[in-house]
Amino acid sequence: MGHLLANIDLTFLIASVVKIVFLTFLVILPMVAYSVYAERRFSAVIQDRVGPNRTGIPLTLFGFKKDIQILGIGGLTQPMADGIKFLLKEDFTPKSVNAFYYWLAPCLTMVPALMTCVVLPFGSELRLSDLNGLLSWVYGVIGMADLPVFSSVPVPSVIADLSVGPLYTFAIASLGVYGIVIAGWASNSKYPFLGGVRASAQMISYELSLGLSIIPVLMVFGELNLTKMSIYQDANGWLLLPLWGEGLSLARWVLWIPMGLSFCIFVVAMFAETNRLPFDMAECETELVAGYHTEYSSMKFALFFLGEYAAMIIGSGLAVTLFLGGWSIPFGPLIGLGYSAGDTPLWLGLLHIGVFLGKIVFFILFFILIRWTLPRFRFDQLMKLGWMVMFELALFNVVLTAFLMWLVPLK
Amino acid sequence: MATIFVKRPKLAWHESWFISTFAKGLKITLGHALKTFLEITGKKEKVTMEYPEQKWDDNLPEYYRGAPALVTDEQDRERCVSCQLCEFICPPKAIRITPGEIPSDDPWAKVEKRPKEFDIDMTRCIYCGMCEEVCPEQAIYLRKDYAITGESRAELMHDKAKLYQIGGKRIGLVNKWNELK
Repeated sequence: MGHLLANIDLTFLIASVVKIVFLTFLVILPMVAYSVYAERRFSAVIQDRVGPNRTGIPLTLFGFKKDIQILGIGGLTQPMADGIKFLLKEDFTPKSVNAFYYWLAPCLTMVPALMTCVVLPFGSELRLSDLNGLLSWVYGVIGMADLPVFSSVPVPSVIADLSVGPLYTFAIASLGVYGIVIAGWASNSKYPFLGGVRASAQMISYELSLGLSIIPVLMVFGELNLTKMSIYQDANGWLLLPLWGEGLSLARWVLWIPMGLSFCIFVVAMFAETNRLPFDMAECETELVAGYHTEYSSMKFALFFLGEYAAMIIGSGLAVTLFLGGWSIPFGPLIGLGYSAGDTPLWLGLLHIGVFLGKIVFFILFFILIRWTLPRFRFDQLMKLGWMVMFELALFNVVLTAFLMWLVPLK
Repeated sequence: MATIFVKRPKLAWHESWFISTFAKGLKITLGHALKTFLEITGKKEKVTMEYPEQKWDDNLPEYYRGAPALVTDEQDRERCVSCQLCEFICPPKAIRITPGEIPSDDPWAKVEKRPKEFDIDMTRCIYCGMCEEVCPEQAIYLRKDYAITGESRAELMHDKAKLYQIGGKRIGLVNKWNELK
């Protein structure tokens, strides 16, 4: 036991905990809350409405304004109001449900969605030793000069640098379907049941094309580590924007076609996986009341909601990492904003994190725009598209990539 | 038979594969989003008003039909003589009048009647203006108040005091009770 404890790298442990808290509670969860707000506002402007544009903050007594407005966009505290509303609503458990599974289902939707975020490289690396000057100044002020300072080894901006990144994500993300199926089953009511059955059929069908669509990508990278993929794309051009480094070679431009196809299949399958319109057969308000969460109320309902949006954010993160260069800044190496191992200043590391989050925000806005543009597919059309088009296309894409890589070898 | 056979439009390949149709859809949604967004942020003129902050009250037309109210004449006499015509004509039966006699020592004893109680149930009133139309004494008018709210049903039962408070004084055409006739 003592031997085991002695082998624990305390710095690594603390850094991991800090990163988990940062990514989950300070990035993903606020982003989930604000993407709900963004969804409401964006859908409103698409439909020529205004949307939630005012939220009364009960702080007027202390001299604050009643609402915070930035650029004329009000209601920015709406997510807090929503959260408080969900917490204060009556948590009603119908008599006929199977209570254990009824309680389990919301957790099973939320937890996998959050767990997948550990392999996402949300930034390059943070060289915390850049802060040592400041730190020793602070120590000088408080008169204790011999306190520890940061080591010169940079902290990688990823929680778990697994060498099976995308596989891990798919393995965990597909557990999310259990939440929906169990919710549908445990509710003991026909609409949730139909929603759950549909969701399982749909997610199993699209899982195939989702998995197959990234095989060409993995073939090009020759790699399953998401961090290394990001580093490669930073130096040699994004997969869909091969405009610098090795990206200017003929091989990369020939591969642009199957990569574009892969991206399209990946994004469509991602829509189906996250149960977003035009593929939200599991909810399908027009047919199934509210689908699998018809019988849920208050925070349990909110957990389904949060799980859906968290899955959306993680999915966007994965798409960005695989196809759009992850945290890399476009033309980074050309304008001196590229990554170099162990030699990236702290501000650039932070800028990389910002760029990654910016790309995700862009992707989420795209998700929302699609939702309010396309009508819902019929269930048979959905299955037909999944099995007759997407699956074949993804398979064909693997063969096409292999052929093109044989024809014009990389490097 | 007046049957029209609607022919299913034949889609080009790029339409049935959601390529051109998708682009068209995105153009429409983004166009609307941009237009409304500019309106919200004040870069473009709005066609709508944000109600509680901005109101159109100054532009309400003369004939606007808001909450009904009782009025007094130029000598502060209650115009209503409780003839109950409005009560009988009111389509949703929102008006209840209890007539009362004017005592003989009152300066307006010759009018003989005035309402002892006059209640308008604003949860029933449909703002049709029939009471105003039918009143022979021009005692009841539809005012421009439209935001009639309350926290209970009782609050929305406008009694005589409330109705005169909303209505106020109105100098009108009926002069049969005063010296001008």
